Amino acid sequence: MATGIFFYLAAAITILSVLVITRRNPVHSVITMVLLFFHIAGLYLTLNAEFLAAVQVIVYAGAILVLFLFVILLLNLKEELLERRYVGPWPLQLAAAVGLFFMFFLSLKAFKLGPQGAFTDEVIKAQTNTKVLGKFLYMEYLYPFEVVSIVLLVAIIGAIVLAKKRVRN
Amino acid sequence: MMIPLNWYISLSAVVFIIGVAGFLMRRNIIIMFMSIELMLNAVNISLVSFSHYLNDMKGQVMVFFIIAVAAAEAAIGLAIIIALFRNKPNVHVDEANEMKG
Repeated sequence: MATGIFFYLAAAITILSVLVITRRNPVHSVITMVLLFFHIAGLYLTLNAEFLAAVQVIVYAGAILVLFLFVILLLNLKEELLERRYVGPWPLQLAAAVGLFFMFFLSLKAFKLGPQGAFTDEVIKAQTNTKVLGKFLYMEYLYPFEVVSIVLLVAIIGAIVLAKKRVRN
Repeated sequence: MMIPLNWYISLSAVVFIIGVAGFLMRRNIIIMFMSIELMLNAVNISLVSFSHYLNDMKGQVMVFFIIAVAAAEAAIGLAIIIALFRNKPNVHVDEANEMKG
């Protein structure tokens, strides 16, 4: 049962990601990517990461992809549909990616799992996933958490400055 | 039956490579940005599976931070695309070659 669910999710994720990078129409790519992110959230659920599954749907599918759609609205889609999709030397680029893929698989054999931590499934079930994650975020990782908030603030200001129309006087 | 960790890592590698291929091959800069998001998601998959198989929550905390940074990166990148689109008729990367030395 668990294996079947994993194989369904793995096949769907692979096919959908190939569709994302090959569709001619960018809107189709974004819609496919929404589906892909829902499947990745399902994969997180099989790994007992409920909070991250929710964050994946809310932040990625809800916020980031809507941002992408807004920018695609600015594009000239009619012209985009007629032009070629890939850069000139694309077989070379594909060969480079496939080579990297084989390098990953050769290095996978040498991989050994490290020492086990304290948070087994029973410990997490007793406290719920969100509570354990929240304790980590607000106690051990409080400083990185604050740094991330500054990163987001800088991103907001930077996006406004970059996208603002310059007024010439 | 427990699914081996290697399957999750392989899936993550496959998605990452698809992201790399999309980033290198496509001309449209928006699709290139979506490929970057694909690569970030591939890394997230492997971190969550490590977190589950090592019984350690730190991997999930890391995924949380990656999602926050991805949101910041998407906002900045799309602002750059808007700035680029203001100066050029389209957003094809192979036509943006003004800085060629």
